[in-house]
Amino acid sequence: RSISRWRYPNSPTDPTRHFCSGILPDTVDRSSESFARNSEAMEGLISQLHSHIQQVMNGGGAEAVKRNRSRNKLLPRERIDRLVDPGSSFLELSQLAGHELYDDPLPSGGIITGIGPVHGRLCMFVANDPTVKGGTYYPITIKKHLRAQEIAAQCRLPCMYLVDSGGAFLPKQAEVFPDKENFGRIFYNQAVMSAEGIPQIALVLGSCTAGGAYIPAMADESVMVKGNGTIFLAGPPLVKAATGEEVSAEDLGGASVHCKTSGVSDYFAQDELHALAIGRNIVKNLHMAGNMGGQNHRTSDFKEPLYDAAELRAIAPTDLKQSFDIRSVISRIVDGSEFDEFKKLYGTTLVTGFARIFGQPVGIIGNNGILFNESALKGAHFIELCTQRNIPLIFLQNITGFMVGSKSEANGIAKSGAKMVMAVSCAKVPKITVIVGGSFGAGNYAMCGRAYSPNFMFFWPNARISVMGGAQAAGVLAQIERANKKKAGIQWSKEEEEKFKAGVVEAYDREGSAYYSTARLWDDGVIDPADTRKVLGLCLAASMNRKPESTKYGVFRM
Amino acid sequence: SSSASNSIIRPSARIEKILIANRGEIACRIIRTAKRLGIRAVAVYSDADENSLHVKLADEAVRIGPPPARLSYLRAPSIIEAASRTGAQAIHPGYGFLSESSEFAQLCEDEGFTFIGPPASAIRDMGDKSASKRIMGAAGVPLVPGYHGDEQDIDLMKLEADKIGYPVLIKPTHGGGGKGMRIVQSPNDFVDAFLGAQREAAASFGINTILLEKYITKPRHIEVQIFGDKHGNVIHLNERDCSVQRRHQKIIEEAPAPNISNDFRSQLGQAAVSAAKAVRYHNAGTVEFIVDTISGQFYFMEMNTRLQVEHPVTEMIVGQDLVEWQIRVANGEPLPIIQSEVPLSGHAFESRIYAENVPKGFLPATGILHHYRPVQVSSEVRVETGVEQGDTVSMHYDPMIAKLVVWGEDRTSALIKMKDCLSKFQVAGLPTNIDFLLKLANHGAFENGEVETHFIEMHKDDLFIDPSDQLSTQQVYNAAVHGAAIAAACVCQKENKSMRENAPGSLSVWYGNPPFRVNHCAKHTMELEWEDESSKGSLKLPPVHVTYLPKGKYLIEMGGSSFSDLELNVVHLRDHDFRVEHGGVSMIVSISVYQKDQIEHIHIWHGSCHHHFKQRKGLDIADIDESQHKHALEASSHPPGTVVAPMAGLVVKVLVKDGAKVVEGQPILVLEAMKMEHVVKATSVGYISGLTVTAGQQVSDGTVLFSVKVRRVKLVEEVVDLFVGMTRKPASVYPVWLGGMWD
Repeated sequence: RSISRWRYPNSPTDPTRHFCSGILPDTVDRSSESFARNSEAMEGLISQLHSHIQQVMNGGGAEAVKRNRSRNKLLPRERIDRLVDPGSSFLELSQLAGHELYDDPLPSGGIITGIGPVHGRLCMFVANDPTVKGGTYYPITIKKHLRAQEIAAQCRLPCMYLVDSGGAFLPKQAEVFPDKENFGRIFYNQAVMSAEGIPQIALVLGSCTAGGAYIPAMADESVMVKGNGTIFLAGPPLVKAATGEEVSAEDLGGASVHCKTSGVSDYFAQDELHALAIGRNIVKNLHMAGNMGGQNHRTSDFKEPLYDAAELRAIAPTDLKQSFDIRSVISRIVDGSEFDEFKKLYGTTLVTGFARIFGQPVGIIGNNGILFNESALKGAHFIELCTQRNIPLIFLQNITGFMVGSKSEANGIAKSGAKMVMAVSCAKVPKITVIVGGSFGAGNYAMCGRAYSPNFMFFWPNARISVMGGAQAAGVLAQIERANKKKAGIQWSKEEEEKFKAGVVEAYDREGSAYYSTARLWDDGVIDPADTRKVLGLCLAASMNRKPESTKYGVFRM
Repeated sequence: SSSASNSIIRPSARIEKILIANRGEIACRIIRTAKRLGIRAVAVYSDADENSLHVKLADEAVRIGPPPARLSYLRAPSIIEAASRTGAQAIHPGYGFLSESSEFAQLCEDEGFTFIGPPASAIRDMGDKSASKRIMGAAGVPLVPGYHGDEQDIDLMKLEADKIGYPVLIKPTHGGGGKGMRIVQSPNDFVDAFLGAQREAAASFGINTILLEKYITKPRHIEVQIFGDKHGNVIHLNERDCSVQRRHQKIIEEAPAPNISNDFRSQLGQAAVSAAKAVRYHNAGTVEFIVDTISGQFYFMEMNTRLQVEHPVTEMIVGQDLVEWQIRVANGEPLPIIQSEVPLSGHAFESRIYAENVPKGFLPATGILHHYRPVQVSSEVRVETGVEQGDTVSMHYDPMIAKLVVWGEDRTSALIKMKDCLSKFQVAGLPTNIDFLLKLANHGAFENGEVETHFIEMHKDDLFIDPSDQLSTQQVYNAAVHGAAIAAACVCQKENKSMRENAPGSLSVWYGNPPFRVNHCAKHTMELEWEDESSKGSLKLPPVHVTYLPKGKYLIEMGGSSFSDLELNVVHLRDHDFRVEHGGVSMIVSISVYQKDQIEHIHIWHGSCHHHFKQRKGLDIADIDESQHKHALEASSHPPGTVVAPMAGLVVKVLVKDGAKVVEGQPILVLEAMKMEHVVKATSVGYISGLTVTAGQQVSDGTVLFSVKVRRVKLVEEVVDLFVGMTRKPASVYPVWLGGMWD
């Protein structure tokens, strides 16, 4: 019996693999000029990313950190490190929230959020950073807090609030207090999640003033640290002003008062380490039988991809005009580089197929060019397959948009696109979106952009997002502007037009960057392409932490 | 004798089943030989030993009573009954307990069991120190100048003492080891010491006769192993040197004795054989001599009528199994060799590994053996032990954990081997003397064989770290910091691995190595305290920052210190063992981690070093009362004047009433633990307060016994640690041992 002799580079010598047609070949030319150019450009982007991260890791700066330490308090990430299982991973979200957003720097938006396991149960952590503006809530702080709660609700993750905050940032009260998605929504979410049986746990490790006082008060269980933890609706200065009563912070709302007298808190902690230990214990005692009725796939047995994940840094071009085969990305994130492609020969600008990531079956949808009619129909079809079989969806976005032009319109591109958007919107399986290149126009919608509530969404540092390309936008806007000027009888010189266009391009350039996006929480973070597989693995495990839901679609325009 | 005639009457009555009237390592040792000879072994055990190793190794085991020895291992009727029930023909007493009770030996023979040991008459003769000296004197064995008369009048005794010349040794005529022993340096101290010795002898043995002896200031303790059969043959199997002692108890023994001539050796041997023949001895015995290193004279001290703790060193140099000999001789067989055939091959050492607190004056320690990994045994390395990992060293019995016995072609090679083995002998959970033994073995004077019984006292400056010695203190500290860095990396590696292996399948991705962090490396900070086992306290180390790097690498930074960063590559080999590579050099290290009293203890063995660190973990107790918590955390720091129990034990006597006015150093109560009596004294002048313990009460380590208050005066006195300077005082003020030191 003869065994086929052909094999892919780097493929192991396991003969059974030769029969698996799903193994993606290694198509990357490592000696090519573009490989070297992309690699070098990405190197620069990643070192820029790391320098941004390094900045926010320092919190509110050396002085504030020192002050924090002098009170025997740990920094928020150190607190989380002690809460999660020893040696376990922590998926921090939106590290660069608030990046160049306000006049003053607001590292990580003044709040650390993320997911990590405690006693084998994934939890969502929301930790104020007291070294950043005293842990007060800026608008972006609230947005980040609410986003963490949204993920927790979507994945049914117990929430751990590490409270150490001065409450709302008063100078911006109009942007943080009154609206629907403002401060009050935090407590609303706590109530609703608690009602749904998602545990809400608060550890009061510092001050917890005014509105912030409701976080522990609304929690299912709360812990307070002697000395550092205080809860009151009004602090000593306000009390004095209001009633003339002179009282210390500890006597007004310290751990003793709230654990012994008021009952606002449940557990009395001697110090921070003790509080964190109690926090771990609370999770241990949740009796949630491992997860919240989630889909327990045994994923401890899986194969690593055949090709080096670090090469993803050289595959993605920073110049989005260059195209690249999305399969070279897929082959570096899926188990054994095995990808069983669906409708390979039809609508080839959209790549769809089945694979596994850390053993978890997934359906992958990736762009290999502009979306045509067929591509959109194929996408909708594939999403239907995955929702019916309860297979999570991974979207790898590199899309300039749907095909335009008379032929395309006549073929009903809008109708086909609408089918895919309908399918994406209604799909109840976990959805994770990674923007590996461009994310433009309606392509963003069909490929599960932020508005389509993916469970998680990440940017590569080279990625760009905007309603259309800067140059196209400049062209459109210049035409309108010229028409307006003509109406008003104003002469528009070529130079002026070029200047106008350049301004538009420059604005699109700035606003389309990954950092502009992540600063505003249009995503859940910027990640190193080489970490994509790991991040997807973690997100999938978190997303599968709930019972499957059945999908019901609306009316497809046929 | 009757036993000799018995064996002639019943020549076919060979021993096929032995009951071992003992516990611990010696019981295991005897069982091993019995098994090899095809003889069935019966163990006896107290309730404390129900799950101990000797019970597991034996073919059968019989419960004989509650933990206290006097209700179990010392109860002759229970042991005889156990032998009857199991059909054993012979009883091996081991050492200690009933091994030197002539009554028990007689009882065995009367009940029809072979006592594997000397005739009862020989035990009786040698057990009475005065009688034994008389017999030895008559047999021409040299004796230490002294008084062994029956007349015990104190004035007469004092005159005799003056005649002998000070320092003088006061010893009860009955009883073993150092029990009731006193060294009197000057005539002024004689009366007190004499009365104390009398009192203790009366309390312990019911006989308060005392003898006096010249105290030799620079003595060596050399003993000769003899063996006799029931046919009148007696030979010696060379000598052992057991000079290195602490609290009159041996810790390192060796055979043959270093730096003696063959001529001297044969003189000792002949004297020992004469001694044994004088009491018509058979079976194993040891004749102890005191050698005056100044005059070169040797004197008979006593004869131990049993197999001794340190018998393995003799076995190693003569290549014989002495337990087998004991059984054969008890069977009536003649000795297998004659004197001229006794070999002397190479050199052997024995290190006794004890659970004890060296810096606290070698106080016995109790606790759980959380980690216990003795060295690999071979034909040249023996580990005699009666415990396993997880066992408890209790206050009921001797705190010896194991005997490490090594053999080499000569003394130097044996010593190298012993040092290597000691540094690899892993015990964690309770303090041990291993590090101290290592220091002893490394001492230049010991390496040269310049041993004498005051060795530890003489070289205390080298053996106990002098805090004023900046250089060595700094070196030792640096080694500890280095150890902490390696330990931290290994602990991280192990935690990560065990979490990964125990994680639910769907979450295994969350426990990868290195643990994932978005756009940065996971970092773990450990705040360790170094528990320096050669000093009394623990020392806070700079925080250890561990950064997880890919591929099992770790970057270690010691916060706020001058220590340079280390990049370590850690591979977990198995259980406790890791291979740690740094700068191209890799070594095997072992780590043990356990929790005790809400503290995580980390032990590391690396190179020839062993370090012990403590890390406070957040208390894993959900609801803790404020006051309780305070008590737990602050138990070690009491207000000035408070006196706590230095060890777990039994209050045997309370000497003053609560509220009494006392002077500094006045004895307040007497505590007995691990067979040792300890007088707890007033730490300062003042009034006793809070003294509620009563005689017969059991107290645990650290229990507040009382405090000394100065009325109407601010409490400014520092707590005077009871054990300050203990190791620096002359041997005479060491707390005295109440037996248990069988050799």
